Amino acid sequence: MADREPILEVANLVKHFPLTQGILFKRQIGAVKAVDDVSFELYQGETLGIVGESGCGKSTVAKLLMNLEQPTSGTIKYKGDDISKLSSRALRAVRRNIQMVFQDPYTSLNPRMTVGDIIGEPFEIHPDVAPKGDRRKKVRELLDVVGLNPEYINRYPHQFSGGQRQRIGIARGLALNPEIIICDEPVSALDVSVQAQVINLMERLQDEFTLSYVFIAHDLSIVRHISDRVGVMYLGKLAELGTDGEIYDHPTHPYTQALLSAVPQPDPEVRESRERIILAGDVPSPANPPSGCRFRTRCWKAEDRCAQEVPVLAIPERFAKEKGGVAHPSACHFAEERDVVHV
Amino acid sequence: MPEAEATNVNKAVRASEAPEPDTAVTEDGQPAEMAASGPVPGKPRSLWSDAWHDLRRKPSFLISAAIILVLLVMAAWPGLFTSVSPRSGDLTTSYLQKPELTHFFQPEWLGYNQQGQSIYARMIYGTRASIIIGVSVTVLVVLLGGTIGMLAGYFGGWLDALLSRITDTFMGIPFLLGAMVFLVSFDTRTVWTVTVALALLGWTTIARVMRGSVIAIKQSDYVMAARSLGAGTGRILLRHVLPNAAAPVIVVAMIALGGYITAEAVLSFLGIGLSDPAISWGGDINRAQKQIRVAPHVLLYPSILLSITILSFLMLGDAVRDALDPKLR
Amino acid sequence: MSIEMTKAEVPGVPLLEVRDLHVEFHTREGAAKAVNGVSYTVDAGETLAVLGESGSGKSVTAQTIMGILDMPPGRITGGEILFRGEDMLKMSEEERQRIRGDKIAMIFQDALSALNPVLSVGYQLGEMFRVHRGMSRKEAKAKAVELMDRVRIPAAKERVNDYPHQFSGGMRQRIMIAMALALEPDVIIADEPTTALDVTVQAQVMDLLAELQRDFEMGLILITHDLGVVADVADKIAVMYAGRIVETAPVHELYKRPAHPYTKGLLESIPRLDHKGKELYAIQGLPPSLTAIPQGCAFNPRCPMAQDVCFTDTPPLAEVLEQDGGPIGGRASACHFWKETIHG
Repeated sequence: MADREPILEVANLVKHFPLTQGILFKRQIGAVKAVDDVSFELYQGETLGIVGESGCGKSTVAKLLMNLEQPTSGTIKYKGDDISKLSSRALRAVRRNIQMVFQDPYTSLNPRMTVGDIIGEPFEIHPDVAPKGDRRKKVRELLDVVGLNPEYINRYPHQFSGGQRQRIGIARGLALNPEIIICDEPVSALDVSVQAQVINLMERLQDEFTLSYVFIAHDLSIVRHISDRVGVMYLGKLAELGTDGEIYDHPTHPYTQALLSAVPQPDPEVRESRERIILAGDVPSPANPPSGCRFRTRCWKAEDRCAQEVPVLAIPERFAKEKGGVAHPSACHFAEERDVVHV
Repeated sequence: MPEAEATNVNKAVRASEAPEPDTAVTEDGQPAEMAASGPVPGKPRSLWSDAWHDLRRKPSFLISAAIILVLLVMAAWPGLFTSVSPRSGDLTTSYLQKPELTHFFQPEWLGYNQQGQSIYARMIYGTRASIIIGVSVTVLVVLLGGTIGMLAGYFGGWLDALLSRITDTFMGIPFLLGAMVFLVSFDTRTVWTVTVALALLGWTTIARVMRGSVIAIKQSDYVMAARSLGAGTGRILLRHVLPNAAAPVIVVAMIALGGYITAEAVLSFLGIGLSDPAISWGGDINRAQKQIRVAPHVLLYPSILLSITILSFLMLGDAVRDALDPKLR
Repeated sequence: MSIEMTKAEVPGVPLLEVRDLHVEFHTREGAAKAVNGVSYTVDAGETLAVLGESGSGKSVTAQTIMGILDMPPGRITGGEILFRGEDMLKMSEEERQRIRGDKIAMIFQDALSALNPVLSVGYQLGEMFRVHRGMSRKEAKAKAVELMDRVRIPAAKERVNDYPHQFSGGMRQRIMIAMALALEPDVIIADEPTTALDVTVQAQVMDLLAELQRDFEMGLILITHDLGVVADVADKIAVMYAGRIVETAPVHELYKRPAHPYTKGLLESIPRLDHKGKELYAIQGLPPSLTAIPQGCAFNPRCPMAQDVCFTDTPPLAEVLEQDGGPIGGRASACHFWKETIHG
């Protein structure tokens, strides 16, 4: 994968939301460090999973990638062009190629528009994609592609169930024939039996249209299933990054290990064999993150060094020469392998 | 705690209410031709048509709408209801003459006023002023307040700060007192003078409601989705924000309409509303108060009609609010 | 009937029993049959997990037990809810209130909206003691601190006067648990108690709940859509679909050998953490509309095993036996073909 050109390159991405006080004369009193120095690449046709708990900044990453928020610093390059420096016309072209699927199918579709209008809106905004007479037909095709009856083109969103609405959202994302789709928790609002349908649909569409996915979720099992590579986020930073095998079978960051061990397992055999690490306390506030390593307040390995030095996301030196899945970037001073899933 | 319970139950109801369209989808995502149960798929139903469906079954809506319809016809074609002119008075006809309550819809039905004019005819002809003022103030207020509220809510920042302060300033002026100060500076006050006065002081409520709902909608996922598609501000405002923000504004405006009719009546009663020879309920009530001891009916009948009118608009607004409330959907 | 009598343990009578409960909702499309003959029992010290997707009737059943069902549009059309053998639905409002306040408590999914934002948590916890136990303000506050300690909220003494929004999600859920525990109820109903929480916090809260249940010897009903979350603490599981229980089994048994095609499909459609796997198995179609539940077995349009009989006869919840006809214990399935499902 390394010899391929990345389609999306994110370098040192930072997003701070200022906290202000005062009504007329606003005075900054601090900042929520939602995303703090995050770098990763996305290659054509792959799925990059980003996992983390609420407040870790994964949704902010999605908004930054979609250019819905402006980064405080850092760059997002689409095929080598920094999207924050593009002219508005060039940005429109880029937007066509990066689309998004939202988490909540109940709020991401305008309740006062018909399904046909919702899926057809991309064509109205980018009229060059489909000539006017063709649009209706295109919308019907899209409905068919995502497994919905094209006859429902005049229905309204509230007439559909959650899973069907999410299919409508996916159809809207596909309309402009994008190369990249950012999926922000696309199945977490759906029932278990419907989640599998939507995941399978997304995988089929990826093959059919050679899509690249950035798949943001908190459910580690689903992320493993769909992702080629996985990044684990904690309090605005990437803790660990690697292929799905590297992260799930050879985790070296204590946070990843704790996260994996906490995943509820219905299989009694897996449940009994795996190791359980129960973390103490809650995630600290991103407005006031701990110094040094952000995970140190909940980490059982923390030492003085962790409070002073921010660990960088890189392949730990002592694993650099190792074969197998251990040699992958991990932002921990005391990285060591611990298989919590299998044992 | 009750709130959480209510949401839970609502969810359950909503889940059960949503008719599942009958496409079954196989695991590879292709539509299968077998029905996953559920009723025959219904017609396309927009939220507006759903609301209308609910409204048609509501007695309070039907009653108030019927009354309002009659009032509108009265305002447009008063001649349909009475054959006498409201201005022709026979001074020999005493206001002390008792109303002939059995002579329905006849000039003498509700008695005569001091000028010997038919009270019934004057009530019919007075409708026009009230309805015109009520409706046009509402239209102006929705346009003015709606625009200001939408701009403030959507763009935020300094524009919001500026517009909100202006709104606050206007809101600080007491409604009736402000209207009185404005109106006394005119020698003759027509329907339109009164309309402008009330609209200038009344738009703030709508602006606030609009601003609030626009702020909520601006952050919704579907607006985010439109932005990520590259939609411009105009499209987002007109296609996404406005249709969704309209419902609460419509409700507030309908309820406010009754209030504007009251305000007009109050101003006319105080003698600074419509000036003669305009006919208005408020003015007639004002003139009748001098004989309230000897002829209370002169004051009573226009007052009853005024109350019915105001109540009808309030009831209508209430019914529409219930029908449009997305929480019940 | 005196309170003493209600309290008494009656041997052979379950602590809480739901018997053939039917609940409907009035909707525009007609009567939505949310619960269609649900029966289950919970004994002291026992944990029952009720597993189901949205619209399966799992929460409506719980709300009916708690008496917090909105009526209308809800309507109980049949069945009994027996607390220590007494039908709560036949009691006077006063008696019912006494049981619901004192003996049965509920924990909600969303702790933030279940707590009053303008009152301190100490006040809200203390309220239980002031209202139900007639304690003074001071005593109640001391009790509140004690409870917060019990659910392991750090620095309870200092935090007792804080407001709900000052606590994190996990801590708020602990406060909800403390509130439910306050009057030492006999039964706790937890409706998706950890769904709104992060995975690392989920485990903490679930462990706490299990521990308290053991210590207090309570009956616990856990309502969930995620088998993984409750698997460690539940003794038995009831799987619900379209307002009916389709399968009951001890936890381990259920996962190893499901006896209903719906359960089987559900378990197979969950992606695995320990290996990547190929395409996910997906149950086809959608859950039925509750206003038009299919004739026969409600699962028939989605079932890969459906035969003619499934479209005509509603399968009863029948005991599941070993291949040789021997008993398995505590297992039942509402499928005409449970034998083929479990043994085939």
